Amino acid sequence: MRGLFVGVLLLAFWQGLVSLTGVPPFILPGPLAVLHALGDNTALLGLHAAYTSAEIILGLVLGAMFGIICAVGMCMSDFVTRSLRPLLSLSQAIPVFALAPLLTLWLGYGLASKIFVVVLIVFFPIASGFYDGLQATPEGTLDLARLAHARRWPTFVWLRLPYALPSLGAALRIAAVYAPIGAVTGEWVGSSHGLGYLMLLANGRMKTDLMFAAVCILTLLTIALRSVVGWGLRKLEM
Amino acid sequence: MDEAPAIGLRGSVSFGDNLLFRDMQLDLRPGWTCLLGASGVGKTTILRLLAGLPTGARFDGVVQRPQHLAYMAQDDLLQDRLSVLNNVLLGQRLSGTRPDVERATQLLQSVGLEGMEKRRPISLSGGQRQRVALARALMEDTKLALLDEPFSALDAATRQKMQELAYKCLEGRHVLLVTHDPVEALRLGAQVKLLEGGQVHDLPALGGVPPHAIDTPQFAKAYHATVSRLAGIK
Repeated sequence: MRGLFVGVLLLAFWQGLVSLTGVPPFILPGPLAVLHALGDNTALLGLHAAYTSAEIILGLVLGAMFGIICAVGMCMSDFVTRSLRPLLSLSQAIPVFALAPLLTLWLGYGLASKIFVVVLIVFFPIASGFYDGLQATPEGTLDLARLAHARRWPTFVWLRLPYALPSLGAALRIAAVYAPIGAVTGEWVGSSHGLGYLMLLANGRMKTDLMFAAVCILTLLTIALRSVVGWGLRKLEM
Repeated sequence: MDEAPAIGLRGSVSFGDNLLFRDMQLDLRPGWTCLLGASGVGKTTILRLLAGLPTGARFDGVVQRPQHLAYMAQDDLLQDRLSVLNNVLLGQRLSGTRPDVERATQLLQSVGLEGMEKRRPISLSGGQRQRVALARALMEDTKLALLDEPFSALDAATRQKMQELAYKCLEGRHVLLVTHDPVEALRLGAQVKLLEGGQVHDLPALGGVPPHAIDTPQFAKAYHATVSRLAGIK
């Protein structure tokens, strides 16, 4: 409730600033102008939001899958750990922003290059967060596995995994917030659809109100995604 | 001729260059052996060596023990995401044997937790949690049980009940109980031993069948003698 109040206050301040100073709308449109732009362009915004949503969700799902498989593999085999560790650090060291143009060159202007950027961005936090969680099983608990002469797989399923679920949950929550950034980055570099594309287009044509409208939609998308992921994870006690 | 004990440990233990035990020997007989000693003297190290668990110490010697053993630690080691029943079945799940639900249910009944199979450990009291841990230990049908201060975190009344319950349930097994509580050691021990100066010393135990009542003159006398010995008054 208090958050809503602060939000309304900020919007009123913004509108007041625009009205009082008379800033031209192509520099800073007021919230009312942005609202108008939202209303006038629902179909356009909806179409591009659908593209961006598809990129975000596919990228998040694929990135999470790769991240989880990678973490489980590292937990299961020392060989895999030794082989993948450097790769994992490398995947984080490469600036994805710099890689995006290459991805567009290789994978084209369509969904694939954006999905790839999202995958690159979410893969590392998920793989490393989950792996750290899997390594954090208390020694006392692992004693139970030693006493039972347990193999790796039952130890993983019954002891390590349950302990690591909250870490995986935290990583997925972070990934849900990172994923839209990845999608828009991909779109900025080269695309014909998506909210990032629309922002560049609107910016180039001095339609600043439309750009703000696109930012609003993107923000709402991110909040919605974060909430849905958070809700699902809470249901799973992660 | 004395028969060689089937369960026990002899050898030297060192941490780095620091020799903790030289040629120490601990033989377990059927019934309860209670191992007393000050904190940090190496009681848990001995128990973990017997259990085959990592200690961080170097051990030169031999351990004789059955392949499987029942184990209880001070921490009940219950897994919060598993139900009470699944916690009891955990050993079988981990070792890949078929989970015996009927036996687990019976054991839960015998430790007084009938009808709690589906509960999560988080909803249990400290005493109830140790009962689940006891049931989990009892799932190992073996003649050796190793107990590392499993009752020390419980309140006095609960502790006494748990001691009696554990004593009843572990009847007929070789039990090693590591404790810093002389009352507990005297109540339960057919053998009472003191770990001191890198050696295992025998202390007098009470005659008769444990668990002993603590409100008798004999107990008071034995308690006094043991505490004096622990305090270093010879």
